Amino acid sequence: MERQSLARKIALHAAALLLAAVILAPLVWLFVMSISPPADLAAKPLRWWPEAVDFSRYRLLLSTVENSAGAAFLAALRNSLLVAGTATIAAVLLAIPAGWAVSRTPSIGWSLGLIIGTYMLPPVALAVPLYMALAHFGLLNNVFSLALVYLTILAPFTTWLMKSGFDTIPRDIEAAAMMDGAGLFATLRIVTLPLAMPVVATSALFAFLLAWDEFFYALLFTADQRAKTLTVAIADLAGGRVSDYGLIATAGVLAALPPVLVGLFMQRALISGLTNGGVKG
Amino acid sequence: MSSTWLTTRAWLLMLPLLAVMIAVIGWPMAETVRLSFTDAKLVGLTGHFVGLDNYAKILSGSNFRGTLSTTAFFAIVSVGIEMVLGVLAALLLNQQFYGRTLLRALMILPWALPTIVNATLWRLIYNPEYGALNAALTQLGLLGEYRSWLGEPGSAMAALILADCWKNFPLVALIALAALQSVPRDLIAASLVDGASALNRFRFVILPYLAGPLMVALVLRTIEAFKVFDIIWVMTRGGPANSTRTLSILVYQEAFSFGRAGSGASLALIVTLMVTLLALAYGALVRKAAGSAA
Repeated sequence: MERQSLARKIALHAAALLLAAVILAPLVWLFVMSISPPADLAAKPLRWWPEAVDFSRYRLLLSTVENSAGAAFLAALRNSLLVAGTATIAAVLLAIPAGWAVSRTPSIGWSLGLIIGTYMLPPVALAVPLYMALAHFGLLNNVFSLALVYLTILAPFTTWLMKSGFDTIPRDIEAAAMMDGAGLFATLRIVTLPLAMPVVATSALFAFLLAWDEFFYALLFTADQRAKTLTVAIADLAGGRVSDYGLIATAGVLAALPPVLVGLFMQRALISGLTNGGVKG
Repeated sequence: MSSTWLTTRAWLLMLPLLAVMIAVIGWPMAETVRLSFTDAKLVGLTGHFVGLDNYAKILSGSNFRGTLSTTAFFAIVSVGIEMVLGVLAALLLNQQFYGRTLLRALMILPWALPTIVNATLWRLIYNPEYGALNAALTQLGLLGEYRSWLGEPGSAMAALILADCWKNFPLVALIALAALQSVPRDLIAASLVDGASALNRFRFVILPYLAGPLMVALVLRTIEAFKVFDIIWVMTRGGPANSTRTLSILVYQEAFSFGRAGSGASLALIVTLMVTLLALAYGALVRKAAGSAA
Protein backbone atom coordinates (compact mmCIF):
# COMPACT_ATOMS: atom_id res chain seq x y z
CA MET A 1 0.00 0.00 0.00
CA GLU A 2 1.17 3.51 -0.72
CA ARG A 3 2.06 5.68 2.26
CA GLN A 4 -0.35 8.55 2.80
CA SER A 5 0.76 12.09 3.41
CA LEU A 6 -0.88 13.93 6.32
CA ALA A 7 -2.67 16.43 4.07
CA ARG A 8 -4.09 13.61 1.98
CA LYS A 9 -5.25 11.83 5.12
CA ILE A 10 -7.04 14.92 6.41
CA ALA A 11 -8.71 15.54 3.04
CA LEU A 12 -9.88 11.93 2.87
CA HIS A 13 -11.42 12.02 6.33
CA ALA A 14 -13.08 15.37 5.66
CA ALA A 15 -14.64 14.00 2.47
CA ALA A 16 -15.78 10.88 4.31
CA LEU A 17 -17.38 12.99 7.04
CA LEU A 18 -19.16 15.09 4.42
CA LEU A 19 -20.51 11.98 2.69
CA ALA A 20 -21.69 10.54 6.01
CA ALA A 21 -23.44 13.84 6.83
CA VAL A 22 -25.17 13.95 3.44
CA ILE A 23 -26.44 10.38 3.87
CA LEU A 24 -27.45 10.69 7.51
CA ALA A 25 -28.84 14.22 7.90
CA PRO A 26 -32.23 13.62 6.18
CA LEU A 27 -32.68 10.27 7.96
CA VAL A 28 -31.83 11.65 11.39
CA TRP A 29 -34.18 14.56 10.78
CA LEU A 30 -37.02 12.15 9.92
CA PHE A 31 -36.48 10.46 13.28
CA VAL A 32 -36.13 13.76 15.19
CA MET A 33 -39.42 14.99 13.69
CA SER A 34 -41.11 11.81 14.92
CA ILE A 35 -40.05 12.44 18.55
CA SER A 36 -40.46 16.24 18.68
CA PRO A 37 -43.58 17.76 20.25
CA PRO A 38 -45.72 19.58 17.63
CA ALA A 39 -44.87 22.99 19.14
CA ASP A 40 -41.14 22.40 18.56
CA LEU A 41 -41.72 21.53 14.89
CA ALA A 42 -43.72 24.72 14.35
CA ALA A 43 -41.28 26.94 16.24
CA LYS A 44 -39.40 29.79 14.55
CA PRO A 45 -36.46 29.52 14.71
CA LEU A 46 -36.89 25.79 14.32
CA ARG A 47 -35.74 23.59 17.23
CA TRP A 48 -33.31 20.97 15.91
CA TRP A 49 -33.61 18.76 18.99
CA PRO A 50 -36.73 18.51 21.17
CA GLU A 51 -36.66 19.93 24.69
CA ALA A 52 -38.51 16.82 25.87
CA VAL A 53 -38.40 13.67 23.78
CA ASP A 54 -41.92 12.57 22.88
CA PHE A 55 -42.59 8.99 21.79
CA SER A 56 -46.39 9.28 22.08
CA ARG A 57 -46.93 9.16 18.30
CA TYR A 58 -45.46 5.67 18.13
CA ARG A 59 -47.95 4.57 20.79
CA LEU A 60 -50.74 6.29 18.89
CA LEU A 61 -49.95 4.64 15.54
CA LEU A 62 -49.50 1.21 17.08
CA SER A 63 -52.72 1.33 19.10
CA THR A 64 -55.78 -0.61 18.06
CA VAL A 65 -58.44 1.84 19.29
CA GLU A 66 -61.27 1.88 16.74
CA ASN A 67 -61.42 4.74 14.23
CA SER A 68 -58.12 6.16 15.43
CA ALA A 69 -55.09 7.01 13.32
CA GLY A 70 -53.61 3.83 14.80
CA ALA A 71 -56.36 1.57 13.47
CA ALA A 72 -55.88 2.94 9.95
CA PHE A 73 -52.11 2.61 10.19
CA LEU A 74 -52.21 -0.95 11.50
CA ALA A 75 -54.70 -1.95 8.79
CA ALA A 76 -52.31 -0.57 6.17
CA LEU A 77 -49.41 -2.39 7.81
CA ARG A 78 -51.36 -5.64 7.75
CA ASN A 79 -52.31 -5.11 4.08
CA SER A 80 -48.72 -4.36 3.11
CA LEU A 81 -47.49 -7.52 4.85
CA LEU A 82 -50.23 -9.61 3.22
CA VAL A 83 -49.73 -8.25 -0.29
CA ALA A 84 -45.93 -8.34 -0.17
CA GLY A 85 -45.89 -11.78 1.49
CA THR A 86 -48.36 -13.37 -0.94
CA ALA A 87 -46.72 -11.84 -4.00
CA THR A 88 -43.24 -12.87 -2.82
CA ILE A 89 -44.21 -16.50 -2.22
CA ALA A 90 -45.98 -16.71 -5.58
CA ALA A 91 -43.08 -15.04 -7.42
CA VAL A 92 -40.53 -17.45 -5.94
CA LEU A 93 -42.70 -20.52 -6.56
CA LEU A 94 -43.11 -19.54 -10.21
CA ALA A 95 -39.43 -18.68 -10.56
CA ILE A 96 -37.93 -21.95 -9.29
CA PRO A 97 -39.13 -24.31 -12.08
CA ALA A 98 -38.92 -21.60 -14.75
CA GLY A 99 -35.44 -20.45 -13.69
CA TRP A 100 -34.19 -24.03 -13.63
CA ALA A 101 -35.68 -24.81 -17.04
CA VAL A 102 -34.02 -21.79 -18.66
CA SER A 103 -30.72 -22.48 -16.91
CA ARG A 104 -30.58 -26.11 -18.14
CA THR A 105 -32.15 -25.56 -21.57
CA PRO A 106 -30.41 -22.63 -23.26
CA SER A 107 -32.53 -23.08 -26.39
CA ILE A 108 -35.52 -21.52 -24.61
CA GLY A 109 -33.47 -18.71 -23.07
CA TRP A 110 -35.09 -16.16 -25.38
CA SER A 111 -38.37 -16.56 -23.48
CA LEU A 112 -36.70 -15.31 -20.31
CA GLY A 113 -35.20 -12.44 -22.28
CA LEU A 114 -38.70 -11.52 -23.38
CA ILE A 115 -40.02 -11.72 -19.81
CA ILE A 116 -37.17 -9.59 -18.45
CA GLY A 117 -37.78 -7.13 -21.28
CA THR A 118 -41.18 -6.37 -19.74
CA TYR A 119 -39.22 -4.46 -17.08
CA MET A 120 -39.12 -1.62 -19.60
CA LEU A 121 -42.90 -1.38 -19.73
CA PRO A 122 -44.13 1.58 -17.74
CA PRO A 123 -46.89 0.43 -15.34
CA VAL A 124 -49.18 3.00 -16.98
CA ALA A 125 -49.15 0.81 -20.12
CA LEU A 126 -50.86 -2.03 -18.25
CA ALA A 127 -52.88 -0.07 -15.71
CA VAL A 128 -55.99 0.78 -17.74
CA PRO A 129 -56.95 -2.79 -18.83
CA LEU A 130 -55.97 -4.19 -15.43
CA TYR A 131 -58.19 -1.62 -13.73
CA MET A 132 -61.13 -2.37 -16.05
CA ALA A 133 -60.73 -6.15 -15.61
CA LEU A 134 -60.47 -5.96 -11.82
CA ALA A 135 -63.49 -3.66 -11.73
CA HIS A 136 -65.42 -6.05 -13.97
CA PHE A 137 -64.81 -9.01 -11.66
CA GLY A 138 -65.35 -6.96 -8.48
CA LEU A 139 -61.71 -7.49 -7.47
CA LEU A 140 -60.70 -3.87 -6.90
CA ASN A 141 -59.70 -3.05 -3.32
CA ASN A 142 -58.58 -6.64 -2.67
CA VAL A 143 -55.15 -7.58 -1.28
CA PHE A 144 -54.91 -10.80 -3.27
CA SER A 145 -55.70 -9.28 -6.66
CA LEU A 146 -53.16 -6.55 -5.86
CA ALA A 147 -50.61 -9.30 -5.10
CA LEU A 148 -51.41 -10.88 -8.48
CA VAL A 149 -50.78 -7.55 -10.22
CA TYR A 150 -47.47 -7.22 -8.32
CA LEU A 151 -46.29 -10.39 -10.09
CA THR A 152 -45.83 -8.19 -13.19
CA ILE A 153 -42.93 -6.59 -11.33
CA LEU A 154 -41.72 -9.42 -9.07
CA ALA A 155 -41.84 -12.59 -11.20
CA PRO A 156 -39.48 -11.50 -14.04
CA PHE A 157 -36.99 -10.37 -11.43
CA THR A 158 -37.08 -13.53 -9.27
CA THR A 159 -36.90 -15.77 -12.37
CA TRP A 160 -33.82 -13.97 -13.59
CA LEU A 161 -32.15 -14.22 -10.15
CA MET A 162 -33.03 -17.92 -9.83
CA LYS A 163 -31.71 -18.64 -13.32
CA SER A 164 -28.37 -16.98 -12.47
CA GLY A 165 -28.32 -19.00 -9.24
CA PHE A 166 -28.97 -22.34 -10.98
CA ASP A 167 -26.25 -21.47 -13.51
CA THR A 168 -23.66 -21.73 -10.71
CA ILE A 169 -24.80 -25.23 -9.65
CA PRO A 170 -23.01 -27.90 -11.72
CA ARG A 171 -25.24 -30.10 -13.87
CA ASP A 172 -23.02 -33.10 -13.09
CA ILE A 173 -24.44 -33.32 -9.57
CA GLU A 174 -27.95 -33.62 -11.00
CA ALA A 175 -26.79 -36.12 -13.63
CA ALA A 176 -25.24 -38.28 -10.91
CA ALA A 177 -28.47 -38.35 -8.92
CA MET A 178 -30.50 -39.24 -12.00
CA MET A 179 -28.04 -41.98 -12.86
CA ASP A 180 -28.81 -43.45 -9.44
CA GLY A 181 -32.43 -43.65 -10.50
CA ALA A 182 -33.88 -40.46 -8.99
CA GLY A 183 -36.61 -38.83 -11.08
CA LEU A 184 -36.49 -35.18 -12.15
CA PHE A 185 -38.54 -33.81 -9.28
CA ALA A 186 -36.75 -35.93 -6.68
CA THR A 187 -33.41 -34.72 -8.05
CA LEU A 188 -34.50 -31.10 -7.92
CA ARG A 189 -35.90 -31.44 -4.41
CA ILE A 190 -33.06 -33.45 -2.86
CA VAL A 191 -30.02 -32.21 -4.77
CA THR A 192 -30.54 -28.89 -6.54
CA LEU A 193 -32.89 -26.91 -4.31
CA PRO A 194 -30.87 -27.29 -1.10
CA LEU A 195 -27.84 -25.94 -2.97
CA ALA A 196 -29.96 -23.08 -4.36
CA MET A 197 -31.39 -22.04 -0.98
CA PRO A 198 -29.20 -18.91 -0.65
CA VAL A 199 -30.44 -17.71 -4.06
CA VAL A 200 -34.03 -18.52 -3.12
CA ALA A 201 -33.58 -16.40 0.02
CA THR A 202 -32.02 -13.49 -1.90
CA SER A 203 -34.78 -13.60 -4.52
CA ALA A 204 -37.47 -13.63 -1.84
CA LEU A 205 -35.82 -10.72 -0.05
CA PHE A 206 -35.63 -8.60 -3.20
CA ALA A 207 -39.18 -9.49 -4.16
CA PHE A 208 -40.46 -8.53 -0.72
CA LEU A 209 -38.64 -5.18 -0.79
CA LEU A 210 -39.98 -4.42 -4.30
CA ALA A 211 -43.54 -5.20 -3.21
CA TRP A 212 -43.17 -3.23 0.04
CA ASP A 213 -42.03 -0.22 -2.00
CA GLU A 214 -44.75 -0.40 -4.67
CA PHE A 215 -47.08 2.59 -4.89
CA PHE A 216 -48.60 3.12 -8.36
CA TYR A 217 -50.81 0.01 -8.62
CA ALA A 218 -51.75 0.25 -4.93
CA LEU A 219 -52.84 3.86 -5.46
CA LEU A 220 -55.06 2.86 -8.40
CA PHE A 221 -56.49 -0.43 -7.20
CA THR A 222 -57.17 0.12 -3.48
CA ALA A 223 -59.70 2.40 -1.86
CA ASP A 224 -59.98 1.85 1.89
CA GLN A 225 -58.70 0.01 4.95
CA ARG A 226 -59.57 -3.37 3.46
CA ALA A 227 -56.69 -3.19 0.99
CA LYS A 228 -54.83 0.14 1.20
CA THR A 229 -51.11 -0.48 1.67
CA LEU A 230 -48.65 1.51 3.78
CA THR A 231 -47.26 3.47 0.83
CA VAL A 232 -50.73 4.73 -0.09
CA ALA A 233 -51.58 5.44 3.56
CA ILE A 234 -48.41 7.52 3.93
CA ALA A 235 -49.02 9.41 0.68
CA ASP A 236 -52.54 10.15 1.98
CA LEU A 237 -51.08 11.53 5.21
CA ALA A 238 -48.51 13.64 3.33
CA GLY A 239 -51.07 15.02 0.89
CA GLY A 240 -53.87 15.49 3.41
CA ARG A 241 -54.57 18.15 5.95
CA VAL A 242 -52.65 16.54 8.80
CA SER A 243 -51.52 19.38 11.05
CA ASP A 244 -48.93 17.35 12.99
CA TYR A 245 -45.95 16.74 10.72
CA GLY A 246 -44.42 14.57 13.42
CA LEU A 247 -47.18 12.01 12.88
CA ILE A 248 -46.33 11.77 9.16
CA ALA A 249 -42.67 11.34 10.08
CA THR A 250 -43.53 8.60 12.59
CA ALA A 251 -45.50 6.65 9.96
CA GLY A 252 -42.49 7.06 7.64
CA VAL A 253 -40.05 5.75 10.25
CA LEU A 254 -42.22 2.70 10.94
CA ALA A 255 -42.69 1.93 7.21
CA ALA A 256 -38.96 2.33 6.58
CA LEU A 257 -37.89 0.13 9.48
CA PRO A 258 -38.31 -3.33 7.86
CA PRO A 259 -36.43 -2.58 4.60
CA VAL A 260 -33.76 -0.56 6.41
CA LEU A 261 -33.10 -3.39 8.87
CA VAL A 262 -33.00 -5.89 6.00
CA GLY A 263 -30.62 -3.57 4.16
CA LEU A 264 -28.26 -3.26 7.10
CA PHE A 265 -28.17 -6.92 8.11
CA MET A 266 -28.33 -8.50 4.67
CA GLN A 267 -26.00 -6.01 3.03
CA ARG A 268 -23.60 -8.58 1.65
CA ALA A 269 -26.32 -10.66 -0.01
CA LEU A 270 -28.08 -7.56 -1.38
CA ILE A 271 -24.97 -5.98 -2.83
CA SER A 272 -23.76 -9.21 -4.43
CA GLY A 273 -27.24 -9.62 -5.93
CA LEU A 274 -27.28 -6.05 -7.22
CA THR A 275 -23.75 -6.03 -8.55
CA ASN A 276 -23.84 -9.51 -10.07
CA GLY A 277 -26.73 -8.24 -12.12
CA GLY A 278 -24.75 -5.12 -12.86
CA VAL A 279 -21.61 -6.93 -13.92
CA LYS A 280 -23.27 -9.68 -15.91
CA GLY A 281 -25.88 -7.44 -17.48
CA MET B 1 -33.15 -38.40 -23.65
CA SER B 2 -33.96 -36.69 -26.92
CA SER B 3 -33.52 -32.95 -27.20
CA THR B 4 -37.16 -32.55 -28.27
CA TRP B 5 -38.27 -34.05 -24.98
CA LEU B 6 -35.82 -31.84 -23.04
CA THR B 7 -37.21 -28.75 -24.75
CA THR B 8 -40.80 -29.85 -24.17
CA ARG B 9 -40.02 -30.52 -20.51
CA ALA B 10 -38.46 -27.07 -20.18
CA TRP B 11 -41.57 -25.44 -21.62
CA LEU B 12 -43.75 -27.44 -19.24
CA LEU B 13 -41.71 -26.15 -16.29
CA MET B 14 -42.07 -22.60 -17.66
CA LEU B 15 -45.81 -23.00 -18.11
CA PRO B 16 -47.04 -21.64 -14.74
CA LEU B 17 -44.87 -18.53 -15.09
CA LEU B 18 -45.86 -18.04 -18.74
CA ALA B 19 -49.56 -18.38 -17.91
CA VAL B 20 -49.34 -15.72 -15.20
CA MET B 21 -47.24 -13.40 -17.37
CA ILE B 22 -49.72 -13.68 -20.24
CA ALA B 23 -52.61 -12.94 -17.86
CA VAL B 24 -51.08 -9.90 -16.13
CA ILE B 25 -48.78 -8.50 -18.84
CA GLY B 26 -49.56 -9.99 -22.27
CA TRP B 27 -53.31 -9.57 -22.21
CA PRO B 28 -53.31 -6.03 -20.69
CA MET B 29 -50.70 -4.94 -23.23
CA ALA B 30 -52.80 -6.22 -26.15
CA GLU B 31 -55.88 -4.61 -24.63
CA THR B 32 -54.06 -1.30 -24.26
CA VAL B 33 -53.23 -1.44 -27.97
CA ARG B 34 -56.90 -2.10 -28.81
CA LEU B 35 -58.16 0.65 -26.50
CA SER B 36 -55.74 3.15 -28.00
CA PHE B 37 -57.75 3.08 -31.25
CA THR B 38 -61.05 3.75 -29.47
CA ASP B 39 -62.73 6.54 -27.54
CA ALA B 40 -63.48 4.24 -24.59
CA LYS B 41 -64.09 5.72 -21.16
CA LEU B 42 -62.69 4.21 -17.98
CA VAL B 43 -66.19 3.61 -16.60
CA GLY B 44 -69.26 2.78 -18.68
CA LEU B 45 -68.71 3.56 -22.36
CA THR B 46 -66.94 0.68 -24.17
CA GLY B 47 -66.05 3.03 -27.00
CA HIS B 48 -66.00 3.09 -30.79
CA PHE B 49 -63.16 2.58 -33.19
CA VAL B 50 -61.66 5.97 -33.99
CA GLY B 51 -58.55 4.92 -35.89
CA LEU B 52 -55.49 7.04 -35.25
CA ASP B 53 -57.45 10.02 -33.86
CA ASN B 54 -56.04 9.67 -30.32
CA TYR B 55 -52.47 9.53 -31.57
CA ALA B 56 -52.97 12.48 -33.91
CA LYS B 57 -54.45 14.61 -31.11
CA ILE B 58 -51.68 13.71 -28.65
CA LEU B 59 -48.79 14.26 -31.05
CA SER B 60 -50.15 17.59 -32.31
CA GLY B 61 -50.99 18.93 -28.85
CA SER B 62 -48.64 21.10 -26.82
CA ASN B 63 -49.33 19.15 -23.61
CA PHE B 64 -47.43 16.14 -24.84
CA ARG B 65 -44.38 18.01 -26.09
CA GLY B 66 -44.08 20.06 -22.91
CA THR B 67 -44.40 16.94 -20.77
CA LEU B 68 -41.87 15.06 -22.88
CA SER B 69 -39.26 17.76 -22.41
CA THR B 70 -40.00 17.92 -18.66
CA THR B 71 -39.49 14.15 -18.45
CA ALA B 72 -36.29 14.24 -20.49
CA PHE B 73 -34.97 17.08 -18.33
CA PHE B 74 -35.71 15.18 -15.12
CA ALA B 75 -34.16 11.96 -16.44
CA ILE B 76 -31.00 13.49 -17.91
CA VAL B 77 -30.20 15.82 -15.02
CA SER B 78 -30.99 13.45 -12.15
CA VAL B 79 -29.31 10.40 -13.70
CA GLY B 80 -26.30 12.51 -14.74
CA ILE B 81 -25.84 13.84 -11.20
CA GLU B 82 -26.34 10.36 -9.74
CA MET B 83 -23.64 8.84 -11.96
CA VAL B 84 -21.08 11.56 -11.18
CA LEU B 85 -21.75 11.59 -7.43
CA GLY B 86 -21.89 7.79 -7.37
CA VAL B 87 -18.48 7.38 -8.99
CA LEU B 88 -16.93 10.08 -6.77
CA ALA B 89 -18.36 8.44 -3.64
CA ALA B 90 -17.11 5.02 -4.80
CA LEU B 91 -13.58 6.36 -5.41
CA LEU B 92 -13.67 7.77 -1.87
CA LEU B 93 -15.01 4.54 -0.34
CA ASN B 94 -12.24 2.62 -2.08
CA GLN B 95 -9.58 4.58 -0.12
CA GLN B 96 -8.37 3.80 3.39
CA PHE B 97 -9.77 5.85 6.28
CA TYR B 98 -11.23 5.32 9.73
CA GLY B 99 -14.85 4.22 9.68
CA ARG B 100 -14.76 3.02 6.08
CA THR B 101 -16.73 -0.16 6.81
CA LEU B 102 -19.40 1.82 8.67
CA LEU B 103 -19.71 4.40 5.90
CA ARG B 104 -20.07 1.65 3.27
CA ALA B 105 -22.85 0.12 5.38
CA LEU B 106 -24.61 3.51 5.65
CA MET B 107 -24.74 3.82 1.85
CA ILE B 108 -27.43 1.15 1.73
CA LEU B 109 -29.84 3.28 3.81
CA PRO B 110 -31.16 5.72 1.17
CA TRP B 111 -31.59 2.79 -1.23
CA ALA B 112 -33.54 0.83 1.40
CA LEU B 113 -35.79 3.77 2.35
CA PRO B 114 -39.13 3.26 0.55
CA THR B 115 -39.62 5.72 -2.33
CA ILE B 116 -42.81 7.07 -0.81
CA VAL B 117 -41.16 7.66 2.58
CA ASN B 118 -38.30 9.45 0.80
CA ALA B 119 -40.76 11.66 -1.09
CA THR B 120 -42.70 12.39 2.10
CA LEU B 121 -39.53 13.18 4.03
CA TRP B 122 -38.33 15.70 1.43
CA ARG B 123 -41.79 17.21 1.17
CA LEU B 124 -41.57 17.92 4.90
CA ILE B 125 -38.02 19.27 4.54
CA TYR B 126 -39.18 21.66 1.78
CA ASN B 127 -42.29 22.77 3.71
CA PRO B 128 -42.79 26.53 3.12
CA GLU B 129 -43.62 27.37 6.75
CA TYR B 130 -41.99 24.78 8.99
CA GLY B 131 -39.53 23.00 6.71
CA ALA B 132 -35.97 22.22 7.75
CA LEU B 133 -34.44 23.63 4.55
CA ASN B 134 -35.93 27.08 5.09
CA ALA B 135 -34.94 26.99 8.77
CA ALA B 136 -31.38 25.85 8.10
CA LEU B 137 -30.73 28.36 5.29
CA THR B 138 -32.24 31.21 7.30
CA GLN B 139 -30.31 30.36 10.47
CA LEU B 140 -27.10 30.22 8.43
CA GLY B 141 -27.92 33.64 7.01
CA LEU B 142 -28.10 32.33 3.42
CA LEU B 143 -31.80 33.03 2.95
CA GLY B 144 -33.69 36.24 3.75
CA GLU B 145 -37.20 34.90 4.00
CA TYR B 146 -38.86 31.49 3.81
CA ARG B 147 -39.57 30.16 0.32
CA SER B 148 -42.08 27.70 -1.04
CA TRP B 149 -39.59 25.39 -2.73
CA LEU B 150 -42.18 23.02 -4.17
CA GLY B 151 -44.74 25.77 -4.78
CA GLU B 152 -42.78 27.82 -7.32
CA PRO B 153 -42.25 26.62 -10.90
CA GLY B 154 -38.66 27.89 -10.75
CA SER B 155 -37.52 25.68 -7.89
CA ALA B 156 -39.93 22.71 -7.79
CA MET B 157 -38.08 20.64 -10.39
CA ALA B 158 -34.69 21.30 -8.80
CA ALA B 159 -36.07 20.30 -5.40
CA LEU B 160 -37.47 17.07 -6.86
CA ILE B 161 -34.19 16.22 -8.58
CA LEU B 162 -32.26 16.77 -5.34
CA ALA B 163 -34.59 14.38 -3.47
CA ASP B 164 -34.31 11.78 -6.23
CA CYS B 165 -30.52 12.02 -6.39
CA TRP B 166 -30.11 11.66 -2.64
CA LYS B 167 -32.00 8.36 -2.76
CA ASN B 168 -30.34 6.93 -5.87
CA PHE B 169 -26.69 8.00 -6.02
CA PRO B 170 -25.66 5.59 -3.19
CA LEU B 171 -26.75 2.61 -5.31
CA VAL B 172 -24.58 3.81 -8.20
CA ALA B 173 -21.77 4.23 -5.66
CA LEU B 174 -22.15 0.64 -4.40
CA ILE B 175 -22.15 -0.76 -7.94
CA ALA B 176 -19.11 1.34 -8.87
CA LEU B 177 -17.35 0.33 -5.64
CA ALA B 178 -17.82 -3.37 -6.41
CA ALA B 179 -16.34 -2.74 -9.86
CA LEU B 180 -13.39 -0.81 -8.39
CA GLN B 181 -12.62 -3.70 -6.08
CA SER B 182 -12.35 -5.97 -9.10
CA VAL B 183 -9.43 -3.92 -10.50
CA PRO B 184 -6.32 -6.13 -9.99
CA ARG B 185 -3.94 -4.59 -7.43
CA ASP B 186 -0.93 -5.48 -9.60
CA LEU B 187 -2.27 -3.25 -12.34
CA ILE B 188 -2.53 -0.26 -9.98
CA ALA B 189 0.93 -1.00 -8.57
CA ALA B 190 2.36 -1.21 -12.07
CA SER B 191 0.83 2.13 -13.04
CA LEU B 192 2.34 3.68 -9.88
CA VAL B 193 5.77 2.32 -10.76
CA ASP B 194 5.38 3.69 -14.29
CA GLY B 195 4.64 7.07 -12.76
CA ALA B 196 1.17 7.52 -14.26
CA SER B 197 -0.68 10.59 -13.00
CA ALA B 198 -3.83 10.06 -10.91
CA LEU B 199 -5.97 11.22 -13.81
CA ASN B 200 -4.30 8.90 -16.31
CA ARG B 201 -4.52 6.04 -13.84
CA PHE B 202 -8.27 6.62 -13.59
CA ARG B 203 -8.69 6.98 -17.34
CA PHE B 204 -6.60 4.02 -18.52
CA VAL B 205 -6.41 1.57 -15.61
CA ILE B 206 -9.61 1.96 -13.59
CA LEU B 207 -12.22 3.18 -16.08
CA PRO B 208 -12.14 0.05 -18.29
CA TYR B 209 -13.24 -1.98 -15.25
CA LEU B 210 -15.92 0.56 -14.32
CA ALA B 211 -17.40 1.07 -17.78
CA GLY B 212 -19.47 -2.12 -18.05
CA PRO B 213 -21.21 -2.03 -14.65
CA LEU B 214 -21.69 1.75 -14.92
CA MET B 215 -23.31 1.40 -18.35
CA VAL B 216 -25.79 -1.08 -16.92
CA ALA B 217 -26.53 1.21 -13.96
CA LEU B 218 -26.97 4.09 -16.42
CA VAL B 219 -29.43 2.12 -18.55
CA LEU B 220 -31.53 0.95 -15.61
CA ARG B 221 -31.58 4.35 -13.90
CA THR B 222 -32.49 6.17 -17.14
CA ILE B 223 -35.39 3.83 -17.86
CA GLU B 224 -36.62 4.24 -14.29
CA ALA B 225 -36.24 8.02 -14.42
CA PHE B 226 -38.16 8.13 -17.70
CA LYS B 227 -41.05 6.20 -16.10
CA VAL B 228 -40.95 8.24 -12.86
CA PHE B 229 -44.27 8.59 -11.05
CA ASP B 230 -44.16 7.95 -7.28
CA ILE B 231 -41.84 10.67 -6.03
CA ILE B 232 -43.48 13.32 -8.19
CA TRP B 233 -47.00 12.28 -7.25
CA VAL B 234 -46.26 12.64 -3.55
CA MET B 235 -44.19 15.82 -3.74
CA THR B 236 -45.94 17.98 -6.37
CA ARG B 237 -48.56 15.96 -8.30
CA GLY B 238 -47.00 17.46 -11.42
CA GLY B 239 -47.45 21.07 -10.29
CA PRO B 240 -47.01 23.97 -9.86
CA ALA B 241 -48.33 25.08 -13.26
CA ASN B 242 -47.45 21.60 -14.65
CA SER B 243 -43.75 22.40 -14.24
CA THR B 244 -43.00 18.90 -12.88
CA ARG B 245 -45.56 16.93 -14.89
CA THR B 246 -43.83 13.89 -16.40
CA LEU B 247 -45.24 11.44 -18.97
CA SER B 248 -46.44 8.90 -16.38
CA ILE B 249 -48.27 11.64 -14.46
CA LEU B 250 -49.88 12.82 -17.72
CA VAL B 251 -51.08 9.28 -18.54
CA TYR B 252 -52.48 8.95 -15.01
CA GLN B 253 -54.39 12.22 -15.36
CA GLU B 254 -55.71 11.38 -18.83
CA ALA B 255 -56.83 7.83 -18.02
CA PHE B 256 -57.77 7.98 -14.36
CA SER B 257 -58.48 11.63 -13.42
CA PHE B 258 -60.40 12.40 -16.64
CA GLY B 259 -61.44 8.78 -17.29
CA ARG B 260 -60.43 8.87 -20.96
CA ALA B 261 -59.23 5.26 -21.24
CA GLY B 262 -58.80 5.41 -25.03
CA SER B 263 -56.49 8.39 -25.31
CA GLY B 264 -54.80 7.43 -22.04
CA ALA B 265 -53.94 4.08 -23.63
CA SER B 266 -52.49 5.71 -26.77
CA LEU B 267 -50.41 8.02 -24.61
CA ALA B 268 -49.18 5.05 -22.55
CA LEU B 269 -48.17 3.25 -25.74
CA ILE B 270 -46.23 6.26 -27.00
CA VAL B 271 -44.37 6.32 -23.67
CA THR B 272 -43.74 2.55 -23.91
CA LEU B 273 -42.36 2.93 -27.42
CA MET B 274 -39.98 5.67 -26.28
CA VAL B 275 -38.69 3.65 -23.32
CA THR B 276 -38.19 0.65 -25.62
CA LEU B 277 -36.24 2.69 -28.16
CA LEU B 278 -34.16 4.16 -25.36
CA ALA B 279 -33.42 0.67 -24.01
CA LEU B 280 -32.51 -0.69 -27.46
CA ALA B 281 -30.16 2.21 -28.13
CA TYR B 282 -28.54 1.69 -24.76
CA GLY B 283 -28.39 -2.05 -25.30
CA ALA B 284 -26.30 -1.48 -28.42
CA LEU B 285 -24.04 0.86 -26.46
CA VAL B 286 -23.62 -1.67 -23.64
CA ARG B 287 -22.63 -4.40 -26.11
CA LYS B 288 -20.14 -2.00 -27.68
CA ALA B 289 -18.70 -1.10 -24.25
CA ALA B 290 -18.52 -4.78 -23.29
CA GLY B 291 -16.81 -5.55 -26.59
CA SER B 292 -14.14 -2.87 -26.17
CA ALA B 293 -13.50 -3.80 -22.52
CA ALA B 294 -12.96 -7.46 -23.33
